[in-house]
Amino acid sequence: MYGHVLRAQIRSQTQYRTSFAVEVIGSVMLNGLDLATVFVLFSVAGSLGGFGGTEVFLLTTLSAFAFAVADLVVGNADKLRDYVRTGLFDTLLLRPLSALWQLLAVNFAPRRVGRAVQGLVLYVVALAIADIDWDLARAVYAVGAPVAGAVFFGSFFIAGSTLAFWWVESGEMANAFTYGGRDFSAYPSTMYGGWFRTVFASALGFGFVAYLPTLALVGRADPLGAPDWLRWCSPAVALIAAGLAALFWRTGVRHYRSTGS
Amino acid sequence: MLSASWALAGAGFRRYATYRQATVAGIFTNTVFGFLRCYVLLAVAAGTAAGVAGYTGAQLASYVWLGQGMLAVVNSWTMLDLADRVRSGDITADLLRPIDPLWTYLWTDVGRAGFAMLTRFSAPLVVGALAFELYVPARAVTYVLFAVSIVLAVVVGFACRYLLGLTAFWLLDIRGVTMFWVFLAGTGSGLYFPLTLLPDWLSTFLWIGTPFACLLQGPVDIAVERGGPEILALQLFWAVVLLWACRVVQARAVAKLVIQGG
Repeated sequence: MYGHVLRAQIRSQTQYRTSFAVEVIGSVMLNGLDLATVFVLFSVAGSLGGFGGTEVFLLTTLSAFAFAVADLVVGNADKLRDYVRTGLFDTLLLRPLSALWQLLAVNFAPRRVGRAVQGLVLYVVALAIADIDWDLARAVYAVGAPVAGAVFFGSFFIAGSTLAFWWVESGEMANAFTYGGRDFSAYPSTMYGGWFRTVFASALGFGFVAYLPTLALVGRADPLGAPDWLRWCSPAVALIAAGLAALFWRTGVRHYRSTGS
Repeated sequence: MLSASWALAGAGFRRYATYRQATVAGIFTNTVFGFLRCYVLLAVAAGTAAGVAGYTGAQLASYVWLGQGMLAVVNSWTMLDLADRVRSGDITADLLRPIDPLWTYLWTDVGRAGFAMLTRFSAPLVVGALAFELYVPARAVTYVLFAVSIVLAVVVGFACRYLLGLTAFWLLDIRGVTMFWVFLAGTGSGLYFPLTLLPDWLSTFLWIGTPFACLLQGPVDIAVERGGPEILALQLFWAVVLLWACRVVQARAVAKLVIQGG
């Protein structure tokens, strides 16, 4: 059933080929820009937060790939704002399908596939050139870490959009945690300081997206003093985040009062 | 004419003043990004003996926080509703009014920028000043130059977006164009890092050959006293050129519109 909605959406979005191609290229370039920024800053300093080139590259591409996948699958959750404001959310609740998955399927944006593919390619390149002492655990983690990262980012997308049930104009605020979280995890956590790092890396958990998994893959202890086993905990943290986001969503739906218009 | 300008600017101011939730959300987000960018640039500066392209730590911190504030004032990422009005045909009503839509949009945008100065510019700057050591201008004239520079940046940013909006007369859907604009304006204006970090030929090209540097890097360099009146001259040049381009392009667009509608 969702597949049906999804296919219809993909067909409609790819009708205008040139426009679609321009959007795919544009979004791939925008993604490349984030990586280029890291590269420019790296070339100025020669290292970032005490990490060398291949390590930073691995960390940045891991974060970018995870974000691109999350953005592709659930990035459209922020459309909820419009649905709540216009009262259109009622129609989603009336149908015998999950409101969240309907929202995501109806607004699916195939142009974001380009970014996810680009993210995957760069991540694989980064894995190949990084100095990794491969064993079974690391091979599994190399696959699992971006999945966990995507689930983690996705949880923030959903939790952020859920704010709209209480606060319709909340849009930009959610960006602070979705796009802000992406920017945070694109750099080693060692670059940030004070309470800001504590909040983003530990309390919100963005250190688990790319920083700690990269340390695990290249076999480095955390200079910030996290115990070694914690570097392997990204999947568990992602599951907790997803659980909290689901809980938040349910609370939001129960709280929803139609505008009646 | 002058009273109409004031009325339009006032309307722009009031229109945005009613989006209070959005303003608070925007301030919050700009502030979070201020912390992110500030820490990253300061860490880069700490890792090099020469600092970042000759900026001191305090200058870099000011660079980031002024940039985060100006982002909402210059607003170069948000498109005007011009393209929507072209697509829906509402633009014909605008063209019938006694004031050229170019000036209507400009004055409304100036009002919007005025409101953004009071809220989305000042609030992140105060937070930044509390959390980091910011650069305080040594000369009083810097404040005057900076104020003029912001006004010119708003005009240049407006003219760029107006031109983008006018392309709707030919393209109807400007999403693709907008995307490339966001791509170029973000990097080219120095939002992510000072342009001086780029290779010389590229940073010189962005400064002289494009209006991007006039949007953010220029005004901020004036505030941290790395540049003066010559930046204002450059901004004035681009403001005049772009507004003139708006007029020419709009005239051709309107001629095309008449032919189509006739």
